[in-house]
Amino acid sequence: MTVTETATTLGRRIEWQVAEVNEIVIETPRVKSLLLRVTGWQGHLPGQHVDIRLTAEDGYQAQRSYSIASPPENDLLILTVERVAGGEVSPYLVDELRAGDRFQLRGPVGGYFVWTVATRGPLYLIAGGSGIVPLMAMLRHRERRKLAVPTLLLYSSRSLEDVIYREELNVMAQHDPNLDVVHTLTRNQPAGWVGHRGRIDKEMLALTPPALANKPHIFVCGSTPFVEHVSNLLVELGHDALAIKTERFGPTGG
Amino acid sequence: MNDDTPISRGFGSGRRAQTPKDRVPPGQYVTPDFPVLSAGPTPQIKFEDWTFALQRGGSLIGKWSWEEFEALPQTTIKTDIHCVTKWSKLDTVWRGVTFDDLLKAAGVGEPTAAYIMAHCDGGYTTNVPVADLIGGKGVVATRYDDLPILPAHGGPARLLVPHLYFWKSAKWVRRLRFMEHDERGFWERFGYHNYGDPWKEQRYDGD
Repeated sequence: MTVTETATTLGRRIEWQVAEVNEIVIETPRVKSLLLRVTGWQGHLPGQHVDIRLTAEDGYQAQRSYSIASPPENDLLILTVERVAGGEVSPYLVDELRAGDRFQLRGPVGGYFVWTVATRGPLYLIAGGSGIVPLMAMLRHRERRKLAVPTLLLYSSRSLEDVIYREELNVMAQHDPNLDVVHTLTRNQPAGWVGHRGRIDKEMLALTPPALANKPHIFVCGSTPFVEHVSNLLVELGHDALAIKTERFGPTGG
Repeated sequence: MNDDTPISRGFGSGRRAQTPKDRVPPGQYVTPDFPVLSAGPTPQIKFEDWTFALQRGGSLIGKWSWEEFEALPQTTIKTDIHCVTKWSKLDTVWRGVTFDDLLKAAGVGEPTAAYIMAHCDGGYTTNVPVADLIGGKGVVATRYDDLPILPAHGGPARLLVPHLYFWKSAKWVRRLRFMEHDERGFWERFGYHNYGDPWKEQRYDGD
């Protein structure tokens, strides 16, 4: 299977499929990754999402959308879910779901907030909190394909313990001279922290390596206020609004 | 639900009491918030630079400045809205100019084409059948809850077609173009349903 074969297909219904939880990985105190086996999965593009549907014992159902964290090259489909306080679905997924459990899923959905190696670079990724998830699918895809496109990830988290995929990102950046990962911590910084502090501002956004100067593809993902703030600043800095693709995670993702 | 639908033990004590079935289409949940979903940055448009136009063929058959648009007959509607990302919001209140009143102001009697494409700042487009706009069903809204619509929610003006999924209610709308034949808009080309009836759960192409 090649990636280009799995782009949005029109005219065919996206059917519900059954996903089985193969493994659950604790990413942070509020975030877990669900490693899912989906028989007959058609493949996806980095940045796409799925709809999941949970069914209660009395038949009651609820649907939500979650971004895919795994690259198309993975056998297992990975969703990374943050527990939303007071939510209906995410507390169940994060706190109750166990390996071996099954639920319904359909996708992939969305063809705009997508990057593949065919798109090339440079690539400028800006994440707030769990907004890292679809961007991680892009980074993992880029790593698997060993594509040397200049790439910068600017990633805003509340504290060091809230950084999702922290070790994997560190290792990825250490082994790849074309990848820079820059963190900013908005609420708490550990002793000796030398990175950025506070929320992303114009200065942080302008600190791009020279290799990113030439018309980067920009992807911004996070909460609505985060994406509004960052994308407005990027336009003020002179980036082409049409080169900036955004995904806003609503406050009621639950 | 089929017999082979997996059951999630312990799930489902949450929201259903607040979800009146006649008000909320299948797969939706009610939220008191107003989430924002857009494909790119929010365009920042000055009212003095804003115009709104109706287009047929190669020519504009109506064009209004902000002041002229404000002088058109204004209609207030209270309606439920349903986003394809699963949230619904009940009893939202909008004010603006109905599609019928726009046609009247442009001197158009019966619309001759069956579809329109809405064109927006930021390059967004969406297609809607004319039949879904006439008879008070479509509005170009400039107020939400009696206040100007915030840029993030589509201000200065957004199309409002509340009986279809909310991506059809295009933000930052600037021009409605009549089309003899249906064409797909932005999300419709990316795999979303061409029509988008929430009561039939037409989320994605093929639904």
